[in-house]
Amino acid sequence: MRIVVLVKYVPDTDEIKIDPATGTMVREGIPGIINPLDLYAVEEALRLREDYGGETLALSMGPLAAEGALRETLSMGVDRAVLLTDRRFAGSDTWATARALSMAVRHLGDFDLVLCGERATDGETGQVGPEVGAMLGIPVVTYVSRIEEVCPVEGGAGQIRCERLTEEGYQLVETALPALLTVVKEINEPRLPTFRGKLAARRAEIQHLTADDLGLPSGETGLQGSPTRVVKVFYPSLARDTEMVYEPPERAVERILAFLEEHSLT
Amino acid sequence: MESYKGVWIIAEQWEGALKPVSFELLARARGLADKLGEPLSAVLLGYNVRRVARELIYHGADRVYLVDHPSLAQFDPDPCANCLERLVREERPSIIVAAATTSGRTLMPILAARLHTGLTADCTELDIEEETGLLLQTRPAIGGNVMATIKTPCHRPQLATVRPRSCRPSPRDTSRNGEVVAKRYPDEVFASRFKLLGFRKLEEKVGVEEADVVVAAGKGIGSPSNLNWVYELAALLGGAVGASRAVVDLGWLPYPHQVGLSGKTVSPRLYIACGISGAIQHLAGMRGSELVIAINKDPRAQIFKVADLGVVGDLAEILPRLVQRLREFRSDAGGEGA
Ligand SMILES: Cc1cc2nc3c(=O)[nH]c(=O)nc-3n(C[C@H](O)[C@H](O)[C@H](O)COP(=O)(O)OP(=O)(O)OC[C@H]3O[C@@H](n4cnc5c(N)ncnc54)[C@H](O)[C@@H]3O)c2cc1C
Ligand SMILES: Nc1ncnc2c1ncn2[C@@H]1O[C@H](COP(=O)(O)O)[C@@H](O)[C@H]1O
Repeated sequence: MRIVVLVKYVPDTDEIKIDPATGTMVREGIPGIINPLDLYAVEEALRLREDYGGETLALSMGPLAAEGALRETLSMGVDRAVLLTDRRFAGSDTWATARALSMAVRHLGDFDLVLCGERATDGETGQVGPEVGAMLGIPVVTYVSRIEEVCPVEGGAGQIRCERLTEEGYQLVETALPALLTVVKEINEPRLPTFRGKLAARRAEIQHLTADDLGLPSGETGLQGSPTRVVKVFYPSLARDTEMVYEPPERAVERILAFLEEHSLT
Repeated sequence: MESYKGVWIIAEQWEGALKPVSFELLARARGLADKLGEPLSAVLLGYNVRRVARELIYHGADRVYLVDHPSLAQFDPDPCANCLERLVREERPSIIVAAATTSGRTLMPILAARLHTGLTADCTELDIEEETGLLLQTRPAIGGNVMATIKTPCHRPQLATVRPRSCRPSPRDTSRNGEVVAKRYPDEVFASRFKLLGFRKLEEKVGVEEADVVVAAGKGIGSPSNLNWVYELAALLGGAVGASRAVVDLGWLPYPHQVGLSGKTVSPRLYIACGISGAIQHLAGMRGSELVIAINKDPRAQIFKVADLGVVGDLAEILPRLVQRLREFRSDAGGEGA
């Protein structure tokens, strides 16, 4: 099987601090990491390779620094990494990102599966995966919590059966390969990189692709190729007017009850 | 672009009944349609749902586009996206608002890709720009620490999703009039590459996203046995049980309970955080709550920053007493014949 995993390079939220005076976020100098939810997609790809054989490839679109995210997937055991990087991609919204990623997936040859995280922790849209699938014209299965069975067939045909997590329960779905899946955290427990993996990842070569390599016209990349425009950004304040209660339990409980009553919540 | 007119919402149904989020979407979209002076339509895809179509009119729609077909009984992205794409190409709406549910978040990106247009996820605010009539879409990013306002200037329709429970459902008014337009499409529109082989309902309805009240347990709860108090409190308040990631990682509660950056985003009327420190990733999932009560023994815990009522104390002493007092309160109220 040939599996492509889409991984995004995002700011590390652990490093984001709240300015105690203003209650807003301090963003300066925050390092980047691999989108934590993409690790589940990487892990699932590795498990499928262990079960069915084949090749795993990690693909990311982002600045040069996104190589760090790709090296992390290599150190976990991914076979190959490709970075889509070009100044022309700057300012891409989800449509333009999906357009570039889908062209890159096609450019990289036949595949059986594309795996994505449920969403990225920065943009948090969860849109890029399904958009890539729709642009590739392949079936999209979102919120996959378990892959039950895969029957790959040489040349990208075959079937996959998996469960998706919805509000009401688990839906068991079967569809044809190639397909695109977005996975939720419940699907597995990502492995840690091994020491040898880390060494190999450090030395591995990461292939770079540009917009020209993909034959993407300028009207379809970056800000120019994005249907949406950000017109305003602002930092909401976290803080509320907190009433603190430092009382013994009996009195504290009475205060909670009164609060519930004041707001007709009892 | 001028030929694109009208505001649509995508109604959601489950086993033939409308989900409340449909009425929340109508409440939001009604204001947009009125500002534009254009009609508001609801799209209803399902099977044997004809009898509930009128409800959408009672709750604010001027028109309902109904597609009723067996292949739409359960959510299947192929026939749903095919029907919607056909409908959009025929009727040319200017704005479509859907719910940020597992189905809305699947269908809308597919639609955006097929129609080559913009889509803004999880909007907390929607408005119309006076001069241009464009949809202004405001949404949180980076765990709610940044808000961005987004427009789709040159592509139609303008697509947005909004989180369930982010506004009150519109009231029901049976004197409202409107038309139900039933659409029929050829078989190929209903063809699917998916086989829906079964459905396993969640044993326990977690429902943190829909609940009016969420009682959330953090690591400070101390041990899984103390979760009983959390469950009891949630039951007494008619709410659901949430969890921090620490609690899920410990295996004390399963993942569907997790609130936060890598879990669910909730905006209930009341959120009670029990023994949660208030890491930024947790706050990302709950800071939209209307009211927050935090109970924590550490007076400097970050959770207090986002709380309306901050109780400093030991959960082991507070929770049992709170449950007991609420029970008494209930039986008193019961005695009055409620
Ligand atoms: C990429 C990423 C994504 C993440 N996503 C999420 C997410 O979606 N959701 C999430 O919740 N976290 C998430 N986290 C983890 C987050 O950073 C915190 O580690 C987590 O929220 C901590 O959970 P907690 O507050 O329950 O535990 P702790 O931080 O251990 O806090 C326990 C609290 O309980 C209090 N306490 C202890 N004993 C008592 C007692 N007897 N009575 C009263 N109070 C008591 C303590 O004072 C303390 O404040 C994420 C982290 C990363 C890096
Ligand atoms: N720039 C990117 N490069 C590679 N994959 C991406 C990129 N952006 C998004 N993805 C994939 O799409 C998923 C959803 O991202 P998002 O729509 O930004 O929430 C992520 O979990 C990734 O798998």
